[in-house]
Amino acid sequence: MNLNVDYMISIIPLMTSAATYTIKITVLGVFFSFLIGIAGNIVYYYKIPFLSGFFKGYTEISRNTPIIAQLFFLFFGLPQVGITLSGFVCGVIALSFLGGSYMVEALRSGIESVSKIQKESGFALALSKTQILVYIILPQALRTSLQGLFANVIFLLRESSLIGAIAVPELMHVARSEISMFFRTEEVLLMLTFYYIILIAPISIFFTFLEKRLRYAR
Amino acid sequence: MELRNITKSFGDKKVLDKVNLNVKEGSAIVILGPSGCGKSTLLRCINGLEKTDDGELVFNNIKYGDEKTNWRNIRGQIGMVFQSYELYPHMNVLDNLLLSPTKVQKRDKNEVKEMAISLLKRVGLDDRLKSYPHQLSGGQKQRIAIVRALCMNPKLMLFDEVTASIDPEMVYEVLQVIRDLKNEGMTMIIVTHEMGFAKSASDHVIFMDSGNIVEQSSPNDFFSNPKEERTKQFLNKFLHL
Ligand SMILES: Nc1ncnc2c1ncn2[C@@H]1O[C@H](COP(=O)(O)OP(=O)(O)O)[C@@H](O)[C@H]1O
Ligand SMILES: [Mg+2]
Repeated sequence: MNLNVDYMISIIPLMTSAATYTIKITVLGVFFSFLIGIAGNIVYYYKIPFLSGFFKGYTEISRNTPIIAQLFFLFFGLPQVGITLSGFVCGVIALSFLGGSYMVEALRSGIESVSKIQKESGFALALSKTQILVYIILPQALRTSLQGLFANVIFLLRESSLIGAIAVPELMHVARSEISMFFRTEEVLLMLTFYYIILIAPISIFFTFLEKRLRYAR
Repeated sequence: MELRNITKSFGDKKVLDKVNLNVKEGSAIVILGPSGCGKSTLLRCINGLEKTDDGELVFNNIKYGDEKTNWRNIRGQIGMVFQSYELYPHMNVLDNLLLSPTKVQKRDKNEVKEMAISLLKRVGLDDRLKSYPHQLSGGQKQRIAIVRALCMNPKLMLFDEVTASIDPEMVYEVLQVIRDLKNEGMTMIIVTHEMGFAKSASDHVIFMDSGNIVEQSSPNDFFSNPKEERTKQFLNKFLHL
């Protein structure tokens, strides 16, 4: 393989700005997914009648439709009824819609891992249901859920590469169009891999750090 | 504390059948009985972890237990300690002790901390303030759990087989804490299988079987002169262990 290093250096600015775009869209997607995850679990915890059903339905749809379908609906479908959203906004919504159900499940498994009698000991000490959630369940659940949350963040970063389908300048899309213009496939793919590794490394380090910080038991 | 005709079923299984019990202020009552006879359920009905189907609960001359009951208020006055300790694993000892007094009773943190430290001193664990539960032995965890309940200034304490999961050589230190409490005049209902403790530290012994109180008397009469056949069988099992 004969790599053109000069070419690779020359696309650094382009790739960096695409990576920035990917970061922005993923960070927002993770943020809103996490909020949906918290919201869904609050609804389940308090067994709020109508909303519990709503979240169950949402989870089904979110898990069983491809992100591309959601994107096309937002980007091409909504303008038909007069709602036009930018590609970026569509990307964030689609990513959050997808990630939300995964976050609900990841957090839920953590919440359910806190034993019934542990909660009862909180009740016996006169805590309210909300205080038990905030002071006893969530701190333990977050720790248990950490692996799942980490997997979801990586998953959303990967899924963000599909958002290029509506021609937004994220990493994968930029790399594709670069290849189709100059046919330097090896160079671009190598750079692409390099950039994704650069993106994943800090996430991984962050979660390892969190895990160490939260390791109180056993 | 008084229980009148307390009845409780799970599905169609009657676990408590018209149980009557009167616990005078300052007295320590021990409840004995085979596993599954409803001892835990009885304690759990008193602080509302289980809702009764029928009967009356009276605490400090006030009836409670219906839908209007402010359970958090009741639980603030009735401490309960579980077999499995249930310390909060993500908090150190001090935070375990501070949580309810500061968040529920809204007491001053320093005041509670002082109280916590002096109670810890009495159970010999004041050097463990910053330890996490997983760094403690079973006996230590259980003494902390007792102190945690005491930090709420309860008027009644419920103990549910609190030494059942503890290594035999550490059972004594936990029982000693309960004994001291009795000597200070704490009102207590104690479910246990420690016969020696029941005999020497209680004012009154209750024997339960299948949701009924079969026999109750002073510890001396109970152990030396049991009247009911079922009580004799039960005690025999323990003697021949
Ligand atoms: N939440 C529950 N649901 C159904 N059955 C229960 C529940 N809790 C206890 N039981 C049943 O009630 C009976 C009494 O239980 P328990 O009060 O724990 O007995 P003990 O503490 O004397 O061993 C047992 O047969 C037990 O299986
Ligand atoms: Mg029991």
